[in-house]
Amino acid sequence: MSSEWEAVIGLEVHVQLSTRSKIFSGATTAYGAEPNTQVSFVDAALPGTLPVPNRGAIERAIEFGLAVGATVAERSVFARKNYFYPDLPKGYQISQYELPIVSGGSVKARLEDGREIEVALTRAHLEEDAGKSVHDAFHAASGVDLNRAGTPLLEVVSEPVMHSAAEAVAYMKALHRLVRWLGICDGNMQEGSFRCDANVSVRRPGAPLGTRNEIKNVNSFRFVEKAIDYEIERQIRALENGETIVQATRLYDAAANRTRTMRSKEDALDYRYFPDPDLPPLLLDASDLERARARLPELPDARRRRFIEQLGLPEYDADKLTEERAWSDYFESMLQVLPAQAKLCANWVLGELASALNADQIAIEDSRVDASALAALLARIADQTISGKIAKDVFAAMWAGEGTADAIIDARGLRQITDDGALAGAIEALIAQFPEQIAKYRAGDEKIFQFLIGQLMKATRGKANPAQLNQMLRSRL
Amino acid sequence: MSALRFADIAGWRAAAADQDPIAAARTMAEAAQPALNALITPAVVTGPHTATAGGALAGIPYAHKDLFCTAGLRTTAGSRMLDGFVPPYDATVSARLDQAGAVCIGKANMDEFAMGSSNENSAFGAVRNPWDLQRVPGGSSGGSAALVAAGIVPFATGSDTGGSVRQPAAFCGVTGFKPSYGRISRYGMIAFASSLDQAGVIARHARDCAEVLNCLAGFDPRDATSVERPAEDFVAACDRGVRGLRIGIARELYSAGIRSEIADCTRAALAELERAGALLVDIELPRLQLSVPAYYVIAPAEASSNLARYDGVRYGHRAEAARDLNDLYARSRSEGFGTEVKRRILVGTFVLSAGYYDAYYLRAQQVRRLIAEDFARAFAGVDVIAGPTTPDVAFRIGEKADDPLAMYAADINTVAVNLAGLPAISVPCGFVDGLPVGLQLIGPAWGEASLFAAAHGYQQISDWHFRTPQFGAGVPS
Amino acid sequence: MHIDNADLDRLARLARLGLDNGERERLMASIDSVLDMVSALRNVDVNAVLPMAHPHDAQLRLRADEVDEVDCQSALEKIAPEMQSGLYLVPKVIE
Repeated sequence: MSSEWEAVIGLEVHVQLSTRSKIFSGATTAYGAEPNTQVSFVDAALPGTLPVPNRGAIERAIEFGLAVGATVAERSVFARKNYFYPDLPKGYQISQYELPIVSGGSVKARLEDGREIEVALTRAHLEEDAGKSVHDAFHAASGVDLNRAGTPLLEVVSEPVMHSAAEAVAYMKALHRLVRWLGICDGNMQEGSFRCDANVSVRRPGAPLGTRNEIKNVNSFRFVEKAIDYEIERQIRALENGETIVQATRLYDAAANRTRTMRSKEDALDYRYFPDPDLPPLLLDASDLERARARLPELPDARRRRFIEQLGLPEYDADKLTEERAWSDYFESMLQVLPAQAKLCANWVLGELASALNADQIAIEDSRVDASALAALLARIADQTISGKIAKDVFAAMWAGEGTADAIIDARGLRQITDDGALAGAIEALIAQFPEQIAKYRAGDEKIFQFLIGQLMKATRGKANPAQLNQMLRSRL
Repeated sequence: MSALRFADIAGWRAAAADQDPIAAARTMAEAAQPALNALITPAVVTGPHTATAGGALAGIPYAHKDLFCTAGLRTTAGSRMLDGFVPPYDATVSARLDQAGAVCIGKANMDEFAMGSSNENSAFGAVRNPWDLQRVPGGSSGGSAALVAAGIVPFATGSDTGGSVRQPAAFCGVTGFKPSYGRISRYGMIAFASSLDQAGVIARHARDCAEVLNCLAGFDPRDATSVERPAEDFVAACDRGVRGLRIGIARELYSAGIRSEIADCTRAALAELERAGALLVDIELPRLQLSVPAYYVIAPAEASSNLARYDGVRYGHRAEAARDLNDLYARSRSEGFGTEVKRRILVGTFVLSAGYYDAYYLRAQQVRRLIAEDFARAFAGVDVIAGPTTPDVAFRIGEKADDPLAMYAADINTVAVNLAGLPAISVPCGFVDGLPVGLQLIGPAWGEASLFAAAHGYQQISDWHFRTPQFGAGVPS
Repeated sequence: MHIDNADLDRLARLARLGLDNGERERLMASIDSVLDMVSALRNVDVNAVLPMAHPHDAQLRLRADEVDEVDCQSALEKIAPEMQSGLYLVPKVIE
C-alpha cells in the first residue's frame, strides 16, 4: 500500500450458533441434508405460522457478550427487515436492529509479527439465516433450498478500527478462536458457520473517513486477506487516478482474485425495519446473566496468562495450549493427575500426542489415549519407573490399544532398574568385558564414557535409570 | 321444531336426540348458500358424526372463518391468492375445537385477509345480511355472523383486528366476542396485523361465547404472544349477575358520527342494566378519536410485511410464464390480491419507508400507548365500558364500496379496543329501521369474567339476541 | 401528504405489486385520502411517550432448544406451485 494512504476496515462476521434447532422453529440445523428436508411449516412461512425464539440461541449470545466484556441488553427487540428474495420465505428477515442483545466489548488479537491489537465491537445481534439459491441445477430456473433458512446467527459488528488485511485477519482468527472456545459455534468455514463481510475504505491519514465498499460473504481467512488487499489497492488506484469511490456492495471472486460490484448505493433497498409484532421484547435480568456467567469457561487469554504465570510454561507452549479449548482442557485434565509436572505434560501434549493425532487425522476429543491415561504414563516417568525414551514405546502401545501404561510396562517388563545391586552387577560385567575402554577412560578419555553408558543401557535393555547409572559408573571407576 | 330450539348450543344439543345436527346444519347451509353466499368451502361430509366422548362441544356444528388453517380443507382467507390452498396443518383454534368434539360444516366467507367491514372484499363474492339480503352483514367475519344469525349453526369462529367480530355481530343481530390479546393462540390464523389480531366467537348469546371460549382459551407454545394464565371458567362468570357492576359510559363513544337512533337504542339497554342493579358511571376516553388514524397506520404497516410471504414461490397463486423474478412477484401478487388489500399494502409500505417512519408509524405507536393509558385510567373506576358497537345499522351492498374512508371512519368505536389489546363483546340491543343494533361492552385486560357477567346479565333481561330474521325461520323440522 | 406517480411507483416496487392504469388512479386518490386522515396524528403531543408495539407491553417467551419437527418435504411439495428435485423453482436469478 502506498504510504500516503490509510485503509480503514470494519468487519461484520456472521457466527452460526451451534443450537440443535433453528432460531424460530423446531427444525434441525444439521448440515448437508437433501434440499428442503429440514424445513418446518414455520421456516417455509406457511400462512398463519409464527416464530418462537430458541432459548439456546439467546443463551449463546449472552455468553458471547459476557466473554467480550460487552453490555448485554436488559431489553432487546427483534425487528423485521423487509425485502423480497426467493431464499427469504417470509419476505422479511427477523433480525435485531435498534436494540441488539449485545453492545460494545472488544476482542484482542495477535498478529503474526507478534504485535497485539484490541478491536472494539459496535454490537452483536441475533438474526435468522436465509435459505440458499442454486443457480446451476436447471437450465432456465434457479432452485431454492430452505434447509438453512432460520439457522441462528450472531452478527458481530466491529468498529472500523483495522488498518490492514493482516489486522482484519488476525481479528477474525481471534474471534473464530473465541466462539469455538465458548462452544457457541462450530467454526466450520467450509459449511458457512463463520462468514465475513468486510467494509473497506481508504483515506489520507487524519482525513475524514472515505467512502466505503462492502465485500460480501467471504468464507476463508485467506480470501478475506486477499479480498481486502485487492480492494484497498483498487480504491487507492481509483483515487490516485482522480476518480471518486462509489459506495457499493461487492463480491469477491476468488478465482480471479478481484472484487466486483453487486449493487451500488443508488439501488440500495429500503428495508422498512420495524419491531416484529409476533415477538415482544426480549427482557433479561441479572439472574439470566448470572446463569450465563456460570456457564462461561475460563477465557483463553486468562488461561494463557495463568499457564505462564502460575505453571511457568514458556509463552510458546501457553499459546499453543490455548488455541483450542479441547487441547487446553486435555492439558488441564492431565494436571489434575500430575499437578507438579506442567512442563512434562505440555511437552507430551504438544509432542507425542499432537503427532499421533496428526498422523491418524483425528481430533483431540477422539484421541485414542485420553488425558488421564496419558497422565498415568507420565507419572511413571516422574516416579522413575521408566525413562522418557521407554515411555515413547509405551505410548505407541497405548495408542495401538494394548492397555494402560502400567499394564504395558509390566507385560513387557520395562520397569527401570533402580536397584543398586543389580546395576553394580552390570558394571562389574562391563569392566570385565571392556578392559581396554576402561583403561582409556581412566587415562582421561572422557569421550569413551558415553560408549560405556550405552553398553550398560544395552545390557539392561534400556531399563536402567540413566542418572543413577551415570553416577554409579563414575564412582566405581 | 321451533327455530328457537335450534338457536343456541343447548338447543342443538337437545335436537341431537332425534336427528343428526351436523346433517341438519349442512342441509340448511347448502340451502342458504345461493341467498347468503356465507360459505366459501363446505366441509367434506365424512359420514354421520358421533359425539367425541367427553368433548365439551361434542357433536355441535360450527362454521369456521376461512382465516383459520384446517388440515386437508381448503383455506383461502377470502383471497384469490389462496384459492387452491389446502393447508397441511391445523390452526390451534381448529385443533382445539376438534378436540372439544365440535364439527366444522364449512369455511365461512370473509373480507380478503380480514381487511374490510362489509364482506364485499371477498374474492368469493359478497355475503348478504339475512335481515335484508340487499345489505352487508358487516365484516370481516361476515359469513360467520350471517350463518349464526340465520340459525344455521349455533356458533362460528371469527377474527377481530379492528372490530371484525363485533361489527358483523352487531349488523346481524347476534353476539360477537373478542378476547384480550394473547388469550387465544394465533397459530394457524392467517395474519393480517399481528399485534391486533385475535380470534373471536360469534354465537346467539354471550353464554355460548363463554362456552366456546372455555375450549379455545389457554397458552400455546407455538405463539410467542400467547399468554400463560390460570384457567378460568367463563360460563360460570356469566352467572355473577350485574348487581353492583360499574359500567362506564364514555362521551367519546357517542361522538357526532353515531346516529342518534343507535345511541338511543344503546342508552335504553344501559338503563335496563341500571334497573337490574348495575351502576352507570361517566368516564372519559379523551383520545378515542385518534384510534382510527393510529389504527390505519399500524394495521397496514404490519399487513404490508405479513403479506410479503405471498410471492408465488412456495404456495398460493403463481403468475404464468413470468419473464423474471420481479415479474413473477409483481404479477403473482397483483393477480392474487384485491384492491383493498393492495391499498393497505401500499399504505403500510409508505408509513414504514425511509423518511416517513417516524412521522407515521412511530407516532402511531406512541398514540397507541396514549389510548391504552386512557383505558387503563378509566378502568380504575369501572368494571366495563359500554357504548354502541357501530355508528349505524348495516348499509346497502355497494353503498360505500368506492369510499374506503367512510368505511374506515365507521370503525371509530371498535379499533381502540384492539390497539389496547382489550376484551370486548357486542350484544344485540334493539332494532333501527328493522335492522339489528349492537351494544358494545369493553373489559379491562384479562377482564373477560366481568364482560360475560355484564353481557349475560343483559341477555337475562332482554331477548333481542333470540330474534331471528325471516330468512332464518326456515329451519328443517 | 400527496402521493404522486413516482411515489406510487416506488411503493409498488418495494411491495412487488404490479398495478394496471385504472387501479393506479383509484389507489392514488384513496391513498392520499388515507394519509390525510391519519395526519391527525401530527397534532398530538407525543413528547416522551414510549411507542407501544405490543398490547399489554408483553415480554418474550422462549422455547427450549429441541428438535421437534420432522421432515415435511412431501407436504410442502404438495402445495408448491413448482418444485423439482426437491427445490422450489423461480425464474433464473443472476447475481
